Amino acid sequence: MHVGLEHYLTVSFLLFALGMLGVIMRRNLIVIYMSLELMLNAANLALVAFSRFNNKLDGQVLVFFIITVAAAEVSVGLALIVALYRRRQSAHVEDLTGMKL
Amino acid sequence: MELTDILFYVFAALTLGCGVLVIVNPFSRNPVTSAMFLVLTIISMAGLFVLLHAFFLAAVQILVYAGAVIVLFLFVIMLLDLKEEARRKIKIYGFVAGLLSVGSILALFFENLGSTPLDASTPAVEGTTEALGKLLFTGYVLPFEVVSVLLLVAMIGVILLSRKNLE
Repeated sequence: MHVGLEHYLTVSFLLFALGMLGVIMRRNLIVIYMSLELMLNAANLALVAFSRFNNKLDGQVLVFFIITVAAAEVSVGLALIVALYRRRQSAHVEDLTGMKL
Repeated sequence: MELTDILFYVFAALTLGCGVLVIVNPFSRNPVTSAMFLVLTIISMAGLFVLLHAFFLAAVQILVYAGAVIVLFLFVIMLLDLKEEARRKIKIYGFVAGLLSVGSILALFFENLGSTPLDASTPAVEGTTEALGKLLFTGYVLPFEVVSVLLLVAMIGVILLSRKNLE
């Protein structure tokens, strides 16, 4: 069977589901961040596949922007995690209940 | 089956397998192991990009993600003391809730995958550096400039956030 758009979309869906499972299941902030990266990458794969099979290059430009924004987001997020760890000595979501009523 | 089809299945299996090992590794709960498997996931995804003729994006994926983002992750893991992670168990209700929500969103996705008309005619688009650069500097100049401002803002934000006394 020839590999078409639906094959790539299936991989993208499964990867997105994996990232979402990680965000919900894991309790470590850094691993949650890695799962977020997986979800972003799944979206990138879907965009590149659509761009290829619709004969439009715009999807790939959008992926380029997503990669840039993701890099900025990771740097700010990790700086936040380090600042949080300095104050609380923990990177676990269970220990970060300061805003709980 | 053509060679590209076989390569697609190889890279897809590598991507998904390493993705599973990022999240639930039965042998190690160390975040460094997760980061290493994330590198493998990203590299095999760059292989998928090459199969989709997105050569420039495959290079950018390896340079930016495997080269910069993962190094940043490893630096932060090195800064924090994450020995405690190994002792904590995955909560069973978190696992069940995750599986439920992920299963429902996957059902939603695949239902739409079957119902949309897939335009898989004859793909001819080539994601070379030249073609992508031409589009980036003609149709997408404004987003490009905005992204440069965003990177500057992120840089200043990170410097501010990582000062010693954050008040």
